[in-house]
Amino acid sequence: MNLAAADNQSLADLSRVLILSAMAVYTCAFVAHIAEWVFGSRSKVARTAAALAPKKKSPYTRPTEKETEAAAGAGTAVLEKPEVVTRSALGGRPDLPDGTGGGSGGDAQGDVYGRVAIALTVLAFALHAAGVLTRAFSVTRAPWANMYEFSITFSMVVVGAYLVLLAAKKNVRWLGLVLVTTVLLDLGLANTVLYTESDQLPPALDSVWLWIHVSLAILCGGLFYLGAVGTVLYLFRDSYENKLEQGGKPGVFATSVLERLPSAASLDKFAYRINAAVFPFWTFTIIAGAIWAEDAWGRYWGWDAKEVWSFITWVAYAGYLHARATVGWKGRKAAMLAIVAFLCFLFNYYGVNLFVNSLHSYSGV
Amino acid sequence: MSDTTDSNGSSYGTGTADADGATARTGSTAAGGPGSEPASGPGSTEEATEAAAQSQLSTAPVEEAPSGPKLSLFGWLRWFWRQLTSMRVALLLLLLLSLASVPGSLIPQRNASPFRVAEFLQNNPKLGPVYDKLQLFDVYSSVWFSAIYLLLFVSLIGCIVPRTWQFVGQLRAKPPKAPSRLKRMPAYTTWRTEAEPAEVLGGARKLLRGRRFRVADGEGSVSAEKGYLRELGNLCFHLALIVMLVAFAVGQLWSVEGGKLVVKGGGFANTLTQYDDIKSGALYDYDDLDGFGFTLEEFHSSFEESGPERGTPRDFRADISYWEGADGPEKKASIEVNKPLTVGSSKVYLLGHGYAPVVTVKDGKGDVAFRGPVPFLPQDGDPNLTSQGVVKVTDYQDAKGKKEQLGFVGIFTPTYGIDEVRGPHSTFPGMKYPAIFLSAYRGNLGIDTGLPQSVYQLNQRGMEPFETEDGDILRQSLRPGETMKLPDGAGSLTFERVERWATFQISQKPASGWALGGALVAIGGLAASLFLQRRRVWVRAYADEDGRTVVEMASLGRSESAKVPEELGTLAERLRADSAPLPPAPEANDAVPERGDAAGPDDTSGNNDSVGPSADDDGPRRS
Ligand code: HEM
Repeated sequence: MNLAAADNQSLADLSRVLILSAMAVYTCAFVAHIAEWVFGSRSKVARTAAALAPKKKSPYTRPTEKETEAAAGAGTAVLEKPEVVTRSALGGRPDLPDGTGGGSGGDAQGDVYGRVAIALTVLAFALHAAGVLTRAFSVTRAPWANMYEFSITFSMVVVGAYLVLLAAKKNVRWLGLVLVTTVLLDLGLANTVLYTESDQLPPALDSVWLWIHVSLAILCGGLFYLGAVGTVLYLFRDSYENKLEQGGKPGVFATSVLERLPSAASLDKFAYRINAAVFPFWTFTIIAGAIWAEDAWGRYWGWDAKEVWSFITWVAYAGYLHARATVGWKGRKAAMLAIVAFLCFLFNYYGVNLFVNSLHSYSGV
Repeated sequence: MSDTTDSNGSSYGTGTADADGATARTGSTAAGGPGSEPASGPGSTEEATEAAAQSQLSTAPVEEAPSGPKLSLFGWLRWFWRQLTSMRVALLLLLLLSLASVPGSLIPQRNASPFRVAEFLQNNPKLGPVYDKLQLFDVYSSVWFSAIYLLLFVSLIGCIVPRTWQFVGQLRAKPPKAPSRLKRMPAYTTWRTEAEPAEVLGGARKLLRGRRFRVADGEGSVSAEKGYLRELGNLCFHLALIVMLVAFAVGQLWSVEGGKLVVKGGGFANTLTQYDDIKSGALYDYDDLDGFGFTLEEFHSSFEESGPERGTPRDFRADISYWEGADGPEKKASIEVNKPLTVGSSKVYLLGHGYAPVVTVKDGKGDVAFRGPVPFLPQDGDPNLTSQGVVKVTDYQDAKGKKEQLGFVGIFTPTYGIDEVRGPHSTFPGMKYPAIFLSAYRGNLGIDTGLPQSVYQLNQRGMEPFETEDGDILRQSLRPGETMKLPDGAGSLTFERVERWATFQISQKPASGWALGGALVAIGGLAASLFLQRRRVWVRAYADEDGRTVVEMASLGRSESAKVPEELGTLAERLRADSAPLPPAPEANDAVPERGDAAGPDDTSGNNDSVGPSADDDGPRRS
């Protein structure tokens, strides 16, 4: 074993230690998030109900003339910035207040726990990113050649995107608990089932398209995941709002949890924006893959299992976007499609890599 | 978050569609003078101008309730066509297409792995034939799969053509007149000023033109529209899908792909007979093979020498000289994995490599019966390239002059090793300690039977092994330069040296450029369609009873998005620079808006963006 190889080995070991420490810190963040939810306020309960209930008339009527007049008076000259009155689209449920402050429900103590959780997440992310980087250095290439490496990069992207959204002051604190939990699961799987010693790329994988195609695939996957979380929560929150609207009484636990989430409309919008923004990139990912396949295997499309499932995922997301413009498919049905589309993505990753015989099966397991 | 626009659940999609019909009726009824608002509820004029304001913001097909067809043949056809080109059926076909792709990824496909299909048929004598009947081994060329995507593309064409016409019409039309009551639009703002109405409108026109809106004048108002690129992008995207499909089909039907193994120093000419194996699309004519040839001059490979990744390939390179036409000038080139050579419309790929021991076989008379390199094939999945092969000697006579044939079967190891479990095998893919390990047979190779035979396997029927004195089968390992003597003066085999070989795939796939072009246009169109907003802005200015000018601005997006009101705010800010707002009228202050606070908790879109981690200062307080 030469010196460089020994060096690489110690880097690979360092990477592993970093990833394991990141997991430890994520676990602390998880505990802090739980504390945030447990000690956070439940008194915001019935805010939604309050918003829906007093309007005994159907929420589907247009705003009355009086409301409209009131809105019209809003032009003010005192403010520097002109005031723009916005109205929700005609029809549909009236706009509902979003739960504030993620899991804390606006409670000061809960909020402190929430902030601690975010601080810990930032720290864990730093360790996590350092782990991925050292892994990359240890193999002197992009860290994307087997499932262990995919998995640690994938969850790094997810957390990174979440932190960027937080830094941009978007209302995404509600994502925290779910993300930290799944990131822990992902890293746990990576470190047990999927762990592979660092190794080199076969020449077929050694191409600039590896950088473009695989990095985009991981990025799209991470963002699609955020979209999917939004969609699932949308479905829960939407049933909750439906129930309230029909005068039903949701359970205490459901109320406590769902009341702190943004309104169904906001969640839906969040998911749609992410999915729609990622879709062109996913399209490009597939095209980049085809270009690479043309160079490496002499055909740009060969219906290989991985290609098939990328295509299925693509068609499913296209279906989702279509559904939103199709009468009778908006809302919940479209959301179901988005979830199916993400499950296709997941299957392409775990299913095809582990169980299906494919040219692309570089799982390393 | 991105600039992505929303086609939110409650978008104007339906309103738009419904309103399309209304456009014609209400084209010029927006004359309801400014300020002359009726005291009663919304009258038909307002409804009509509002409908007109929302019309033609997209070209999505009008949704119809699925009613039964009229009973004439034409009625049926019309009904069927309407259904096929509706969004609902397009969606169902999309979902069907993804569903239909699934089996092909789980069941082996003839096209990709014929061997695994044969294996499957053998292991599942009941299920196999049923699958075969259902074309489950050829999913992507099956009747049912083709039916789905052809229907989808008929639907696509049937959808895209009218949408394109409609879009051209929209490009010609002026932005619709300002609805009589602007405050009913999704985003609205107003102020009073000392500036003259005409002056305000002039400023608005200039401002909007400067921001690349299309602007039209109304009576006392200005209408503007922007974001046509969104619709154009969407149309381009769908058109590009058609281009891609056609390119894909052409690529399949007129493609050809063949393989050839070339030993170093050997050559290849691109004609049908020279290929080891070749397959082509249904409409390909082998006379269209590009005329060229090449010689493999040198083959390089290197492997990791040490460390945990010992033996992992580092790189492969085939240096060749090639010529075009029958006798074009010779050119040098190298082909690497991922870096094919393009000659004419053909591409030459480097696929595999291996070793070819060079042997000399002498017959019973001491004459050379065979001399040359014999390619040995690497065993499946052995990274160290333990290879198998056969030396076939067809032209041989024994010591007594009797004509016979010889076969030497065995393995070649670039770096020889041996253990009890695996026997002789290779321990490293590079040539560190090459050896062959052979056993010898005599008899009839069966080559003359006319049946196709693998050059890498020995047909044992008709052959019998040479035996040693103890009655064992004659086996021997040889290093380069060593000779294996056959018993009873039957001749000898000398292992002289080792040569490299490489396999090449030569393929011609027309219309790849079209597929790539289509794909790039599709992405561009998609991005335009998803990231841009189509929206309308109206500005109205009129004098009120006090002789002051009231300015009203409103905007409407094709779908609900926080960007539209934001943009209206910026536009209003600019406009107010030239028409300074007066303090609000006292009565306006009384009517403190309930819904008026743009950042208030009842504005979903604003809220989504503005409630940060510390936003516990708005909304109702905890008790
Ligand atoms: C190969 C099949 C198809 C694919 C992959 C596909 C994909 C897409 C995608 C991804 C969008 C979203 C872009 C956006 O929201 O602006 C879209 C929009 C749209 N598609 Fe398709 N489409 C297909 C076939 C069709 C067909 C057959 C029709 C006609 C019935 C159609 C009509 C539309 C329309 C009208 C929109 C715009 C919706 C809107 O304005 O919000 N598409 N399509």
